[in-house]
Amino acid sequence: MEIVPLGDSALILRVREQFEDAPEETLDEVLRVFRLLQHANITGVIELAPAYTSVAVFFNPIAVIKSAGAANGVFEELAKRIRSVIIPASRRHRRRTAARRQRLTEIPVCYDAEFGLDLDRVAEHTKLSEREIIDLHSTREYRVACIGFVPGFTFLAGLPKNLTTPRRDVPRKEIPAGSVGIGGAQTGIYPLRSPGGWNLIGRTPLKLFDATKEPPTLLCPGDRVRFRAITREEFESLKQ
Amino acid sequence: MTAIVQRAGFLTSVQDLGRTGFRQFGVSTSGALDSFALRVANLLVGNDEGAAGLEITLGGLQLRFEDERIVAWCGGEFDVQIGSRALPAGHVAHLQAGDELKFGRVQIGCRCWLAISGGIDVPVVLGSRSTDLRANFGGIEGRALRDGDVVLFGAPRGSSAFAKATADKSPPATGISSWTASHDWASPARRHPSLRFIRGVDWNRFDDVTIQRFTNHEFSVSPDSDRMGVRLDGPELKREDETDLISEAVAPGTIQVPPSGKPILLLGDCQTIGGYPKIAHVITVDLGITAQLRAGDGVRFSEVSLQDAHRLLIERERDLERFRIGLSLQRA
Repeated sequence: MEIVPLGDSALILRVREQFEDAPEETLDEVLRVFRLLQHANITGVIELAPAYTSVAVFFNPIAVIKSAGAANGVFEELAKRIRSVIIPASRRHRRRTAARRQRLTEIPVCYDAEFGLDLDRVAEHTKLSEREIIDLHSTREYRVACIGFVPGFTFLAGLPKNLTTPRRDVPRKEIPAGSVGIGGAQTGIYPLRSPGGWNLIGRTPLKLFDATKEPPTLLCPGDRVRFRAITREEFESLKQ
Repeated sequence: MTAIVQRAGFLTSVQDLGRTGFRQFGVSTSGALDSFALRVANLLVGNDEGAAGLEITLGGLQLRFEDERIVAWCGGEFDVQIGSRALPAGHVAHLQAGDELKFGRVQIGCRCWLAISGGIDVPVVLGSRSTDLRANFGGIEGRALRDGDVVLFGAPRGSSAFAKATADKSPPATGISSWTASHDWASPARRHPSLRFIRGVDWNRFDDVTIQRFTNHEFSVSPDSDRMGVRLDGPELKREDETDLISEAVAPGTIQVPPSGKPILLLGDCQTIGGYPKIAHVITVDLGITAQLRAGDGVRFSEVSLQDAHRLLIERERDLERFRIGLSLQRA
């Protein structure tokens, strides 16, 4: 497990080298390491951020020094503590992880042309009909690989390979909240009005990010997600 | 307990030392881009160093105070006036109800931080009062200040005794202290600054020529820079390999190099993850200087070791601790 500095107040713990080879297993292992670090409460650690193959550890160097007595360098000291809490996964843990997989969230999506502004673009690139794209997209199960870019933006792994569509050459300056898009081999949901270059194929009426709630996001890293195609009427009634 | 925003200026927002603990949900740090400057200003007015203040970009802010307050500011070289009296950076002023505080143009730098006794009283959202200007929450309705806004203040800590001590030590005619925080702390902006960095994880993806360009040339700050990042123009930085990198965390101070070859130095509002190679990271003690970079400014980079970055940070914290003790003795 490689530990590299991310500046002087953060470091990155690389749990795996590749993601695409084994997304499920990689995600489980990254989240296991993330939880171990969370529960370890290492002095000086401020926050953690898992992403695909890695967990970033943000820390206060002064607090690390104070607790370490400055025998080692700050980075070496913290790396040592991190390594000491990351124990190999037991068989029992693997069973527990499997049980945790049951958490599944259904995201209703209206794929009408009004929201699926780039369905035609995706159809042209994938040589599939818009109906086929919607069916494929809404029958698969995805997992939240990472949350980032803007608060609550969910990067979902598990997009059927034949739906892969390159990002738009010129990003849109403004994408409405709830937009569902395809960016390369990934699909995801824009939680807030923001700029973006993904191909828009639909929109969900659900609120993905709410700063007044804890946690502030509807989905968390590792969650399973399914999309359900809904009509425009359902979209309006769910939006209430 | 309030001040009226007569003019909001170019971009003024409520910021504290930033938001932590929600990075896993994609929530940025936000906060004062020079958190050290805000800490010093807060200590000067008798606040907890993490109290919320105002970050003022390129001046133009004008406030009218409705009650008695102690104020101080640190940052770029701005012309600041209380009525017709000048308030230099790092000095402490005792304002009376009806006083007007005005931030004029900036000579050197880009931003400054104003601390007001009692701090700015806005709701704590996800553990911080900072405004997240991209996601629109925190601060005042998740947005920058507007003309006509009313800014609410908290109750000053140990209020009357402190206010009296400050007032007694200030020449009564001006209400402005003769003593000040050190010049380096109060006014960190420099012309043609050099920023110290440590190597990024992708340093070795760049060839020697590119590394030479990065460390030997001056870069110029592009006009499309904001609180998310400083975009730099200069010699093109090209990667040796073209492999796609897996997105992972980035942090304020990270210098990433997109395919255009024009580096971006990330600041407090930066996204939480990124997929561009990270050539370097500006060290924490120099982040305050990055907050002063303005379109057209020239900037250079010089390498230090990770140990040195930590040593400099520890020394600065020690100095701040001495300053804190000095202030409390002065007030006793």
